[in-house]
Amino acid sequence: MKKISTFAATGLVAVAFALPAFAQDVTGAGASFPAPLYAKWAADYNKATGVKINYQSVGSGAGLKQIEAKTVDFGASDMPLKDEELKAKGLVQFPTVIGGVIPVVNIEGIKPGELKLSGAVLGDIYLGKITKWNDPAIKALNSSLNLPDAAIAPVRRADGSGTSFLFTNYLSKVNADWKSKVGEGTAVNWPTGAGGKGNEGVAAFVNRLPNSIGYVEYAYVKQNKMTYAQLQNAAGSFVSPDDTAFKAAAAGAEWSKTFYQVLTNQPGKDSWPITGATFILMQKAQDKPAQAASVLKFFDWAYKNGDKTADDLDYVPMPPTVKTAITEEWVTVKDAAGKVISYK
Amino acid sequence: MSSNLEGVPAREHTVSSTFPAPAGALDRSAGRARVSSANPPPAKVPRSGPMADRLFGLAAKCAALLTLALLIGILISLVMGAWPAIQKYGLGFLTRSVWDPVQEDFGGLVMIYGTLATSAIALIIAVPVSFGIALFLTELSPAWLKRPLGTAIELLAAVPSIVYGMWGLLVFGPILATYVQQPLQKLLAGVPYLGALVSGPPVGIGILSAGIILAIMIIPFIASVMRDVFEVTPALLKESAYGLGSTTWEVVSKVVLPYTKAGVVGGIMLGLGRALGETMAVTFVIGNMNQLNSLSVFEAANSITSALANEFAEAGAGLHQAALMYLGLVLFFITFVVLALSKVMLQRMQKSEGKKA
Repeated sequence: MKKISTFAATGLVAVAFALPAFAQDVTGAGASFPAPLYAKWAADYNKATGVKINYQSVGSGAGLKQIEAKTVDFGASDMPLKDEELKAKGLVQFPTVIGGVIPVVNIEGIKPGELKLSGAVLGDIYLGKITKWNDPAIKALNSSLNLPDAAIAPVRRADGSGTSFLFTNYLSKVNADWKSKVGEGTAVNWPTGAGGKGNEGVAAFVNRLPNSIGYVEYAYVKQNKMTYAQLQNAAGSFVSPDDTAFKAAAAGAEWSKTFYQVLTNQPGKDSWPITGATFILMQKAQDKPAQAASVLKFFDWAYKNGDKTADDLDYVPMPPTVKTAITEEWVTVKDAAGKVISYK
Repeated sequence: MSSNLEGVPAREHTVSSTFPAPAGALDRSAGRARVSSANPPPAKVPRSGPMADRLFGLAAKCAALLTLALLIGILISLVMGAWPAIQKYGLGFLTRSVWDPVQEDFGGLVMIYGTLATSAIALIIAVPVSFGIALFLTELSPAWLKRPLGTAIELLAAVPSIVYGMWGLLVFGPILATYVQQPLQKLLAGVPYLGALVSGPPVGIGILSAGIILAIMIIPFIASVMRDVFEVTPALLKESAYGLGSTTWEVVSKVVLPYTKAGVVGGIMLGLGRALGETMAVTFVIGNMNQLNSLSVFEAANSITSALANEFAEAGAGLHQAALMYLGLVLFFITFVVLALSKVMLQRMQKSEGKKA
């Protein structure tokens, strides 16, 4: 017994002494949506500077919990925190990249981009009010298409996810019934539909079930060449999902006022209506200023050198104006003595 | 040696003297007999390291206590985590079928029903099939087939559950939908109750798919335990029965099964425990829909483990997380009850066995 406890104590002491040696290495945790990008950025950054960034894709909710508990140096979330929440928790947030959520369908004879949907119709489908593809409401938007007299099989995410948050947030904005009956959130009480796990689960269901409809992230649509639908945006025009449509949505937001921006149903005739940024969360008052400086250095590097990587992985980088606003926001990150943490 | 065997029925005596190890290993009463029949301890020889002995004893004790402490720790942390939900809903949580994370209103009935229903379906399928497998391997199979077949079945147990899940979703689900559900729906259209039991969109996901996938997953466990216990039935007993003119079925049902029932029940409980706790494969094929409006076996549903796996990572602190913890606690109790019931069942069996003797 004694021997064992001595061993354990020695081990702990060794670990405690070993830690400061890796002070530069930082750990982050959170959203799974940007995880592939953060991993690639981290690998490139490691090559460039030798600093190791360790990102754990554990989900936005868990990321938030971990940064609140200060077990990680930065958290990541697909769902922005409201300004008053940030204040209460003593956190600072900033967006890294933009992505979009795309409705995908599997109807025989319909090619990508042919089907047009509006937010109200999409909401009614997921409410179970529109049950057939040849419903007058869908036909009114697609007079040229020959839609089958078949039951619609809606598919949605079973796991809590930022994708579902953006989707339900959008539906709440454009469909009053949805807002009162279901509401928005990473997980909601879905009135209908089969639940797939992850983007791949939803995609598998949609590919397999005839006459189904689902929603997945943009990268997933692009890489798997899925049959996406056009959506009617706030300006009334029908848009196809692509980089420019996401950028248009992001450009319309007033980033200089607050980073709490859910980019759904943005104005502008080119805006994709279900767009959203993914966010990084940090403690404002830092107990470990060296770690915080490493985090800021990493994201500073990523904003300067990471756009191409983001493009390659089908994420949309932030516009330059927003990047400037972000670096201005970083002066709120301070050490215990109240000194601004320098990342330069 | 013979004096130590007093009180053991004569049958056991003959058996264990012919086949000492297996009979002792399986039959509880024989097991006890074997313990008591161990040779008397040899005269004490002075040991060189009594300290090492004590240390080892302490270490072993610590390991055992650690397990107990872990169990209690898990239970306490579950109750603490679930406390807000327990306070708000009490036992009513078990009978409420709402699950609305937006309005923060939770009840566990849908998931509890899903877990119990899928496990029940799995057992209904797996037990007879496993019994057949074990019977074939021990009584009927030609000798050259025994090993490869037995190994193949054990290999099934080594397939990771996520692979079963993906296979269930992409391969098995469509087959079930096309060749089972649609014909059934056509056949039973308009028939009350039965028609409703097979209604639902033909997608091949739901309670039945999950149950069948679970059955496939637990068959190797149940089958290999059954085979092992069938194999240790003393040849003497079986041959006697055959000698009296029994058929194979009579030998199995009247000799092998009664002799091995403790092991058989143990194997089934092992399978049930696995079915109750299985997460990944179920998540893929159950559909993850919180509804109880339709009890159709083809309608998407949800299970406790699946809800936990899906929602825990994104559940914010507060009631949602507490409700999920509460579900975890419920699952803990279900498995505990299953285990306790199996122990009680085994004890009952042994008692009745004693009476007969």
